[in-house]
Amino acid sequence: MKPTNKTILATAVAAALVSVGATGMASAQDGKEKCFGVSMAGQNDCAAGPGTTCAGTSTVDYQGNAWKLVDAGTCESMELPDGRMGSLEALDRDLPA
Amino acid sequence: MLDTTARNTLPLAPGVGYKPQHFTDILESPGPVRWLEIHAENYMGDGGRPIAQIRHLAERFPISVHGVGLSIGGEAPLDPDHLARLARLVGWLNPASFSEHLAWSTHDTEFLNDLLPLPYTEETLARVCSHIDQVQEALGRQMLLENPSTYLAFAESAMSETDFLREIARRTGCGLLLDVNNVFVATTNQQTDPNAYIAEFPLDLVGEIHLGGHDEQVDEYGDPLLIDSHGTEVVDPVWKLYAETISLMGPRPTLIEWDTDVPDWSVLAAEADRAATILAPARKAALQ
Amino acid sequence: MNVDQHAFRSAILDPTAHVPDGLVDPKGRAAGKRFDVYRNNVIVSLSNALAEAFPAIQKLLGPNNFSILAGHFVRAHPPRSPLIALYGDAMPAFLETFEPVQKLGYLPDVARLELALRQSYHAADSQPVDPALLQQIPPDRLPAARLILAPAMRLVASDWPIAAIWKFNMANGPKPAMRPETALVTRPEFDPGVEALTPAGGAFVSALAARQTLGDALATASGRDPAFDLMPTLGALIAGGAITAIEEE
Repeated sequence: MKPTNKTILATAVAAALVSVGATGMASAQDGKEKCFGVSMAGQNDCAAGPGTTCAGTSTVDYQGNAWKLVDAGTCESMELPDGRMGSLEALDRDLPA
Repeated sequence: MLDTTARNTLPLAPGVGYKPQHFTDILESPGPVRWLEIHAENYMGDGGRPIAQIRHLAERFPISVHGVGLSIGGEAPLDPDHLARLARLVGWLNPASFSEHLAWSTHDTEFLNDLLPLPYTEETLARVCSHIDQVQEALGRQMLLENPSTYLAFAESAMSETDFLREIARRTGCGLLLDVNNVFVATTNQQTDPNAYIAEFPLDLVGEIHLGGHDEQVDEYGDPLLIDSHGTEVVDPVWKLYAETISLMGPRPTLIEWDTDVPDWSVLAAEADRAATILAPARKAALQ
Repeated sequence: MNVDQHAFRSAILDPTAHVPDGLVDPKGRAAGKRFDVYRNNVIVSLSNALAEAFPAIQKLLGPNNFSILAGHFVRAHPPRSPLIALYGDAMPAFLETFEPVQKLGYLPDVARLELALRQSYHAADSQPVDPALLQQIPPDRLPAARLILAPAMRLVASDWPIAAIWKFNMANGPKPAMRPETALVTRPEFDPGVEALTPAGGAFVSALAARQTLGDALATASGRDPAFDLMPTLGALIAGGAITAIEEE
């Protein structure tokens, strides 16, 4: 017999709670620890995104470089069986700046 | 004209530009640091860690809010949405000070993420004053306006930067933020005398000082071209100019700015210490 | 010669443009390298901002390739707001049309995931509901109940294994295997995390977000995949603190 929605829901709720209980919910930390967080320890709060600036830069990079394959990223190493994830090999050509 | 008794209330002591990686260090070993400055635009989200951190730090330190995105010198009207976001931040945080730049950064609806220069003309003066009136009205408080680092000049400029700033303050009742490194950078780039600039600056209107590092380059003619990069220690000639300025006007809240290649807390604290040793005798003298 | 900001802006973004007349050095000579300082400040600061905004895209392409791409993006899509933390919402569409990366079909969705992570990071705080309350609802009433989801929760549906690609690049995850995934972003406390959902799991959460009842959301997901297993999806929502309230009729 096909289980009803209510049975599926009740079973899933019970199972989900057990699975979460096993791994534990995010623990409650005090204010300071919570503010700093685990990701801050390595000074690399990736999800924060960029901040503002009121400083200038000595880096010279305004010219608008044409596209040219200059280095390899991790896309090279993600071969997938069906080959749909290609590398950047074919991209080594110039685009107008 | 705004009620100028609502002046900024930062202590006459060193502060630093807040970086999230220093959160714990600041709380555990602030050293000589007595206040913190944040960039307004980094705290305009709806929640999350940035706002939680500032709420926490604000319990212990006076906070100065420093805007980098209002485009006060822009030819276009101020962005009402951005002004509203700023009023919301200043509303809940109630900072000890709010400051912005004599510069523009937005054109049409494009934000160019740099403090771009202005010609010092009557037309610019009227526009900047009207924008500052609008900001002070929206925030219900006096703001401080910062002198810029400049890399070139406008042939059309008809007045000096110091006269320009003095007139803005006279018309709007705003205070001034004197960035001593910007003075050094701009006067070197414009081949004028930094001490003469300070002598002409309306020092009685200064509510805050900025100090930061810069890079040295040359232009295509071999003339010095300093870049306000905030990525190194404050150089000795800027410390000297700062000390001379403090001896002329008395102690002021002094910020160490370090925004690129941000160092360990101990390096920043050492810079703040250097400012403290210059401020301490001036504070004592001011009490006598 | 007066220089208006439109001319200044155009010359900043176009490296081949003539520096506007009237911008000078201390000796009155036309500004050359001095104007380039502003060009660098704008392009470099915004390119750096994009590198921080899209660290997984940067790793996938390599930092130098990314920097070139960023230069093109900045000129085509300067920020529309001073809130630089959220800059780059035009990146997914840009990656769809930027010819050199056309072959990497998953890139736009990875960029969508990185945008979702940043939006989640800065979203409003919320208090997760005690998950035990779910179990206290009698089974008869469960199908009519609604789950209210956290403002920091985001979903990114994809034909590609984007959660796995993101984890491979950003969290030492294993090499991704080809399958469609919907990335679920939740933010317990202040750190957003990424979990892979099946497309049916994504449809379930999406239905909840659209205020459908648990029963209707389950029907939506089962319509998509008759073998839909609700447990992992519900577990991910609970573990991520993404359920903030339970409403009953």
